[in-house]
Amino acid sequence: MIGGLFIYNHKGEVLISRVYRDDIGRNAVDAFRVNVIHARQQVRSPVTNIARTSFFHVKRSNIWLAAVTKQNVNAAMVFEFLYKMCDVMAAYFGKISEENIKNNFVLIYELLDEILDFGYPQNSETGALKTFITQQGIKSQHQTKEEQSQITSQVTGQIGWRREGIKYRRNELFLDVLESVNLLMSPQGQVLSAHVSGRVVMKSYLSGMPECKFGMNDKIVIEKQGKGIADETSKSGKQSIAIDDCTFHQCVRLSKFDSERSISFIPPDGEFELMRYRTTKDIILPFRVIPLVREVGRTKLEVKVVIKSNFKPSLLAQKIEVRIPTPLNTSGVQVICMKGKAKYKASENAIVWKIKRMAGMKESQISAEIELLPTNDKKKWARPPISMNFEVPFAPSGLKVRYLKVFEPKLNYSDHDVIKWVRYIGRSGIYETRC
Amino acid sequence: MTDSKYFTTTKKGEIFELKAELNSDKKEKKKEAVKKVIASMTTGKDVSALFPDVVNCMQTDNLELKKLVYLYLMNYAKSQPDMAIMAVNTFVKDCEDPNPLIRALAVRTMGCIRVDKITEYLCEPLRKCLKDEDPYVRKTAAVCVAKLHDINAQLVEDQGFLDTLKDLISDSNPMVVANAVAALSEIAESHPSSNLLDLNPQSINKLLTALNECTEWGQIFILDCLANYTPKDDREAQSICERVTPRLSHANSAVVLSAVKVLMKFMEMLSKDLDYYGTLLKKLAPPLVTLLSAEPELQYVALRNINLIVQKRPEILKHEMKVFFVKYNDPIYVKLEKLDIMIRLASQANIAQVLAELKEYATEVDVDFVRKAVRAIGRCAIKVEQSAERCVSTLLDLIQTKVNYVVQEAIVVIKDIFRKYPNKYESVIATLCENLDSLDEPEARAAMIWIVGEYAERIDNADELLESFLEGFHDESTQVQLQLLTAIVKLFLKKPTETQELVQQVLSLATQDSDNPDLRDRGYIYWRLLSTDPVAAKEVVLAEKPLISEETDLIEPTLLDELICYIGTLASVYHKPPSAFVEGGRGVVHKSLPPRTASSESAESPETAPTGAPPGEQPDVIPAQGDLLGDLLNLDLGPPVSGPPLATSSVQMGAVDLLGGGLDSLIGGTNFVAPPTAAVPANLGAPIGSGLSDLFDLTSGVGTLSGSYVAPKAVWLPAMKAKGLEISGTFTRQVGSISMDLQLTNKALQVMTDFAIQFNRNSFGLAPAAPLQVHAPLSPNQTVEISLPLSTVGSVMKMEPLNNLQVAVKNNIDVFYFSTLYPLHILFVEDGKMDRQMFLATWKDIPNENEAQFQIRDCPLNAEAASSKLQSSNIFTVAKRNVEGQDMLYQSLKLTNGIWVLAELRIQPGNPSCTLSLKCRAPEVSQHVYQAYETILKN
Repeated sequence: MIGGLFIYNHKGEVLISRVYRDDIGRNAVDAFRVNVIHARQQVRSPVTNIARTSFFHVKRSNIWLAAVTKQNVNAAMVFEFLYKMCDVMAAYFGKISEENIKNNFVLIYELLDEILDFGYPQNSETGALKTFITQQGIKSQHQTKEEQSQITSQVTGQIGWRREGIKYRRNELFLDVLESVNLLMSPQGQVLSAHVSGRVVMKSYLSGMPECKFGMNDKIVIEKQGKGIADETSKSGKQSIAIDDCTFHQCVRLSKFDSERSISFIPPDGEFELMRYRTTKDIILPFRVIPLVREVGRTKLEVKVVIKSNFKPSLLAQKIEVRIPTPLNTSGVQVICMKGKAKYKASENAIVWKIKRMAGMKESQISAEIELLPTNDKKKWARPPISMNFEVPFAPSGLKVRYLKVFEPKLNYSDHDVIKWVRYIGRSGIYETRC
Repeated sequence: MTDSKYFTTTKKGEIFELKAELNSDKKEKKKEAVKKVIASMTTGKDVSALFPDVVNCMQTDNLELKKLVYLYLMNYAKSQPDMAIMAVNTFVKDCEDPNPLIRALAVRTMGCIRVDKITEYLCEPLRKCLKDEDPYVRKTAAVCVAKLHDINAQLVEDQGFLDTLKDLISDSNPMVVANAVAALSEIAESHPSSNLLDLNPQSINKLLTALNECTEWGQIFILDCLANYTPKDDREAQSICERVTPRLSHANSAVVLSAVKVLMKFMEMLSKDLDYYGTLLKKLAPPLVTLLSAEPELQYVALRNINLIVQKRPEILKHEMKVFFVKYNDPIYVKLEKLDIMIRLASQANIAQVLAELKEYATEVDVDFVRKAVRAIGRCAIKVEQSAERCVSTLLDLIQTKVNYVVQEAIVVIKDIFRKYPNKYESVIATLCENLDSLDEPEARAAMIWIVGEYAERIDNADELLESFLEGFHDESTQVQLQLLTAIVKLFLKKPTETQELVQQVLSLATQDSDNPDLRDRGYIYWRLLSTDPVAAKEVVLAEKPLISEETDLIEPTLLDELICYIGTLASVYHKPPSAFVEGGRGVVHKSLPPRTASSESAESPETAPTGAPPGEQPDVIPAQGDLLGDLLNLDLGPPVSGPPLATSSVQMGAVDLLGGGLDSLIGGTNFVAPPTAAVPANLGAPIGSGLSDLFDLTSGVGTLSGSYVAPKAVWLPAMKAKGLEISGTFTRQVGSISMDLQLTNKALQVMTDFAIQFNRNSFGLAPAAPLQVHAPLSPNQTVEISLPLSTVGSVMKMEPLNNLQVAVKNNIDVFYFSTLYPLHILFVEDGKMDRQMFLATWKDIPNENEAQFQIRDCPLNAEAASSKLQSSNIFTVAKRNVEGQDMLYQSLKLTNGIWVLAELRIQPGNPSCTLSLKCRAPEVSQHVYQAYETILKN
């Protein structure tokens, strides 16, 4: 299991060091600094073995988090734990920065003592942790016996993510379907790979222990139900989507999903990620990028890029940004664009073209002349792909929320009393066109 | 208030000031001081001098302060054991606190203080906490048992904590169960023999129930523990798999990977014909793909594991090529791993896409990645014949870029393409030669030289080219020197008239001016060959080369199986068994996949039963690691009585084995090895390979009624090679047990005692099941007969030939080594009869390339007689058919390692020879099965 956990700043100074196992000595702290943080080469692996000691690391801005072990540990678990630790810290004090870590080091030690015991990860749900690890010092003296046992039963219990006795005057929930659409397209416009990775994020303010059931236009479910009513299948058949795979928050009853494909759960209070999914079929690609690069002699490049929006004209895409890479030996750039603003950014070796808003079924164009310095560098310019960023108010996968039912048998509110909001946001993931 | 200020105190006399503050009356000031101490501790300053002052602050109701003091204690208690005792009272008191959080905190911290005297005091509180009414305390206490065990294992056993821990597996709270499982698994790892985690269907059921209810981390502990269990039959395996599959949709990647591990392992037990098997295969692909959308570090872990899974079961991901395409922003470690998997998945169906991608990658920035991409193009050419032409033209395009490392890498792979498709692409040689000067890496230079030598007859100026390399011969690396030597000899054999001078030059450079023994030896061998018999030299040097394999970098199958058992762990990331990177005894238990056992036959298959035993119980006769020769030489030599001259002979023997047959035939009959032929009695008339007596050509033999055919004993170790000990023997199989019947004769003048035997790793894991029992000392001229029972659970390593067995025998005089070939039919198991339907399906399923045909001559038997004769050696007739006067027997047999061999035996009445067609997934056994058939039928 995890033998020790260290946090370093970008210079390699230790900010937090917690050793859980006897086989990890103080020299391990230095070994990582010397061999990884101060290493000359770029990091070649997130797992490093130095003198029979294995180091796992992740980086958050310029902070290094490293877990150390001498055993054959579950590597996936160690990384999952490191991410989780970042989430927990972020939930307590915001951004993970040197300043914040130094300011909260007592709290971090307290958390590390709680969420990792002898190197074994323990309950690390912030909802539960916040009930007894607080920044204002522990109020152990003031807790009643009931409160204490409520804490412990929540930390260890079956529903570790929610405490009992939550009350709201207004029962309300928000569902966000957040998708990122990824594309790799060849210069000729052929889709090399495309997939949507989506998340359903739920924010709920519900009283008691509500039992929820979530439904969407999952092809398997629709077809199963559609057997009875052939009519509806033909209508909704087009609208259902094939989900390649999905994963759920730990509150979802997986065995029930496996057998009936129904998604039922008791949600944590506040915001959480209900599910993640991936689709590859029938994706609506919101934009198409058509590049044209021409080399005029050895010192000049002509670039023309056309973007076409491909969705309902009534919808508006926002925050559109097209990034056209330029060679390292660029000396000057002249850009002309019909819409938005375009600028050559020498530090990023790219022309960045920004458009605030664009409706569906429209087209826009940019052309640029790039002057190059003559070089005797034999190596050809690698021509990195043109990438795009955007945000659209629909789900490119075609996913639709069909229902979210809430049952709370013990309290006197019903499904109808709950105010529900649903929102769809499609963003670009890695949306690239080779040129 | 910000705490960062504590990090900046660098004044002198700081310790003194802190001391004063720690002893202050004001609570706030005390707390501030402790915080400063902890901050200094973190940055690596030694603040152990403050021990008594900090411990004094422990008695407080402020939980935050208390935790800080505990943190300090955990760090420094070991250096101040006497003072640490001062803290004991507070711990014991806290363990009785009404607040469960404080009770747990006390027991948690106490277990981290590694001071003997404190552990004594820990026992009583721990016992109470293990039975505490609050689950939070119990789950903390469960882990504490593991902590205590790490400090003092004996104490934990004596105090009976292990039993209490086992009881906690049935606890009502899922988190307590999970932590108990984690603690027990860890303790069990350091005691591989103890039956601590006594897993049985009932306890498995409890674990599976807890699996649905506990935290994500708990699920990982439980799944990792389940993976160590071996179900009793396929039905149980299936029912566990069914309950584990829902975990594949968990958001935590580690849960998913651990579930994959359990499924991959238990799948091994399921028959491929089951519908469920196919369903399971389909269910595995999507979650593995989903892992690739995780954060990059996890992607890396996932990809390393997918690499293993693709090798073990390529069918799972064969349609998922696209997801492994490299993204521009992937970290380099993800890119390299994806590329590796792309090559493994490349097939005729997707090759066009793959090639287009690879070409794209070859223009990237990272040198390692580009090199690998170029190499991958070559691999595709070798793997998918249809694509070879396009690959070659792509490589030529890349060579035109003149990017130095791309050119070099391309030349290295083109060499392999030439080997694979001789006389097809040689037209590109001219282009390659243009780039001769730019090659500065040994591998590329060696490849180019190989090409020039191999195609010397087509390259007009081959001699000039090679001569240019010769100028700086001594500055070249060994690889290039060896290649140059061979290439020039090839050139000489092809164009003897013009190149005599050149060959003289290189031979003298290699033999006289070099101090590298490999180079010298190779030089001498060529020299003698050329001077004694140029025709033979031509045959040797220009011999037809064996085909190169399509797949490279494949992990050796036994290691692969072991790594599959470690999916998700570090071992699977490093692709090394834990023993290679874990110190000491922990976690180095050798794991292996369970054998396939159907529920109906589980009871009556004695030879598969031992393999099915929990991995921890495997007899560790031969160390799993270490090199071939090392294993044998590691045998305990006992008192070294031997004189030096004789001792060397045994070492030579070993050395010859290492070199293999190739060299033997080159130097055959020189003073190097005493020809072993002489040692074998002439009447056996066996043709002798490289020092091994061939058992199969024996013409007389006695069959036994109740078992397989037994060959007569042959001399394995002649007396003159073993200081007077003569060993002859044979192998038998009777009702499911294999034994080696040995006859030891003492032909020396001295009494022999202290016999022991050991086998090297071999293809089927044969190993002695009991020590060699020679009861009385063996006096001169005495002979004893011993039957040594053998098992098939030893370490496995593929041998050449397949049925080669290297044996070491020790007595009071010395250790002797010999090798022998065992007849394959001793490995045919009793339950080798295949169901008729299954036979048909399997026969169709095995690709035709795997079919091998043999003629068995002079075997005037009819179908009935042949069938019954074969049956007694566990070759079962599944069906019989008469086609146009010929009797067709369809037969099946199964080897101890679960390999099925299907046979079709065609017997024509009146014709003494019959035809045998063999089909098997492992075609390398066919030759040996044929030999077994021949032996059985003719005796």
